[in-house]
Amino acid sequence: MANPLVSIRDLHKTYTRGAETVDVLRGLSLDIQAGEFIALMGPSGSGKTTLLNLIGGLDRPSAGSVSVDGARIDQLGSGALAQWRATHVGFVFQFYNLLPMLSAERNVELPLLLTHLSKAERMKRVGIALQVVGLAERAKHKPSELSGGQAQRVAIARAIVADPTLLVCDEPTGDLDRRTADEVLTLLQTLNREHGKTIVMVTHDPKAAEYASHRVFLDKGQLAETAVH
Amino acid sequence: MKYLPLVWSALWRKRPRTIFTMASIAVAFLLYGLLYAVNNAFNKGVEVAGADRLVVISKYSLTQPLPYSFLNEIRGIDGVAAVTWASWFGGIYQDERNFFAQFPVDAASYLEMYPEIVLPAEQKDAFLRTRTGAIVAKTLADRFGWKIGDRIPIQATIWPAKTGNTWEFDLVGIFDTADPSARGQYEMMLFNHEYFDEARVFGQGIVGWYIVRTRDPEQNATVAKAIDERFRNSTNPTKTDSEKAFNQSFIKQMGDIGLIVKSILGAVFFTLLFLTGNTMMQSVRERVPELAVLKTLGFGNTRVLVLVLAESAVLCVLAALLGLGIATVLLPPIAAKLPGFAGMGVDAQTFAIGVALAALLALAVGLPPALRAARLSIVDALAGR
Repeated sequence: MANPLVSIRDLHKTYTRGAETVDVLRGLSLDIQAGEFIALMGPSGSGKTTLLNLIGGLDRPSAGSVSVDGARIDQLGSGALAQWRATHVGFVFQFYNLLPMLSAERNVELPLLLTHLSKAERMKRVGIALQVVGLAERAKHKPSELSGGQAQRVAIARAIVADPTLLVCDEPTGDLDRRTADEVLTLLQTLNREHGKTIVMVTHDPKAAEYASHRVFLDKGQLAETAVH
Repeated sequence: MKYLPLVWSALWRKRPRTIFTMASIAVAFLLYGLLYAVNNAFNKGVEVAGADRLVVISKYSLTQPLPYSFLNEIRGIDGVAAVTWASWFGGIYQDERNFFAQFPVDAASYLEMYPEIVLPAEQKDAFLRTRTGAIVAKTLADRFGWKIGDRIPIQATIWPAKTGNTWEFDLVGIFDTADPSARGQYEMMLFNHEYFDEARVFGQGIVGWYIVRTRDPEQNATVAKAIDERFRNSTNPTKTDSEKAFNQSFIKQMGDIGLIVKSILGAVFFTLLFLTGNTMMQSVRERVPELAVLKTLGFGNTRVLVLVLAESAVLCVLAALLGLGIATVLLPPIAAKLPGFAGMGVDAQTFAIGVALAALLALAVGLPPALRAARLSIVDALAGR
C-alpha cells in the first residue's frame, strides 16, 4: 500500500477549562490515503472537530504525531504552520465564514493574497474556482446577497482556489436544507472524484456521510469503527 | 497594495461609526493646523529678526520713551554701524476693529535698517520727500482698498495733533516683504517722524525706541552692554537686547502662545486617543471570527497584526489629511481678515508633523487590538469562546 497522505499516531489532545481537564482524544491512530473522501462521524464530544482541527493544522496535539504528505505538522512553529495551511489545506465551515464586506470573488481571492501571483493571475484562478462551483455569474455579489447554498459554494471555491492537497470540511451541510445539502455534497464528491482532492469531512448526518468513500466513527476520543462505502 | 481592499472593507464594516470617528480625528487635526499656524505666525516675528540688529528701550518699560538726544551718543559707541528709531503711534483707522500698527520713523535710516521691506525706488523717493507721506504694507492696501495718492485719516489715541485729533497722511508708497511668509510681521504704516514730532501737541524730542545695527553680530552682547552702560546713570537708563530677544519678550507679554497651543492640543489628542482606541478595540472585537478565518487560511500572526495596524493607519492618516486639508483651505481667507496675520497658513513642516502625529496616533490606538488579533487562538475564536 502507498504511503498515506495523512498519518496520525497515538494522538492525544487534552483541554483545560478552569480547574477541569478534558481528554478529548486518547491515543488515536489513523491513516488517510490520498484521494480518499473520509466522513468523520460520532456523537457530540467524541472528538471529531478536534481531530479535524489537528489534521488541518489549526491546533496542536498534547501528544502523538500528525504527518501530512510527509511533513510532521505537529512539530512546525506558528509561522511555518500558517504557511503550511496556506499551501496544503482548504477549509470549509458549517457557517461558510465568508468575510461579509467582500464580494464573492474577493473572498475566494483571499488565500491567493499569500502567494506571489500577479493580480491578473489571481483573478484568473478565482474565475476558474468560481466556475468549478458554478457561481461565475455571482462573482461580484456580497455574501448577504447569496443564498446559503451559494455562500457555501463560494466557501468551497475559496478552499480549492490555491489547489491544496487536502480539504477539511466541518459540518459543511449543517446549515443547509436537504436539497441544497445534496448539491454541496455532490460538488465535494466531484472535487474528490474528478479533481483528486482528498477530503476529510465531519458530519452528524448519515445521508451526508453516504457521499464519502470511507466512514470513520469516533467515540470518547478513540477510533470506534471504520467502514468503506 | 494587494491587501488594500481587505483593509478598506474592514474599515467600512460599520459605516456610521467610521464616519464619526474620522470626523472626530479630522476636527482635531483641523484644530491642530489652525493653532499651529497661529503659533507659527507669532514666532515668525522672532524668526525674521535681524541677527545684527539690537533694540534699545527704556530699562523700565517699553512704553517709557527715550530722549532723541541719545541718537548721537549711540552712534558714537564702538561696534555700532547704524542707528534708527521709531515710536508707537497707536491710531485708529475708521473703526477700532481695523487695527494695524503705525510707526513714525526716520524714513531714510529706517528703510536702510530693514532691507527686507521692498519698496519701488520712485515710491521711496516720494516717501523721503513728502512730509505728510506714508507707506503701507501691501496686505493693508489690499484689505482697505488703498491706492497711491489716497489721503488716509488716522484718529489719534495717544498723540493728538496741533490741528486736531485726526492726522491725515498722503499714501506715497505700498511695500511688500522679500519673504512673503513674513508679510504678517510687516503689516504696518510708516510715516515721517519729523512731521509727527512737529505736529504733535506734546512729547517733542522723544522717541519710542532705537534700533541699532552692529558691525559684527558676534559683538552684539558687547555693544548692547556698552549702550546700557553709557546711559546707566542718566535719567533714562536703557535696556538693550537683540531684536530676536526683544520680539520674544514682546510676544510673551500676550502669554506663552506655544504653551497654550500645546496644552489645548494635548487635551484634544488625549481625548482622541481614548475615542479612537475604543473604536479600534470594538471593531476588532466584532471581527474576531473573521480574523480567525484569515488565520485559518494561512495569514500568520505578524500579517494579521500588520493588517489591523494598517486599518488604524488608514483611518487616522486619511482623517488627518482631511483635517489638515480643510485648515490649509480655510486659513488664507481667515488670515486676510486678521490684522498682523497676513500670509498665515499651514506650512509644509506643520503638515509633515501632522501626518507623523497621525501615524503615531494610529500606532497607539492600533497596537493593542492588533496584538490581540495576532494572539488570537483560531480554535477558540471559531468556536466563539
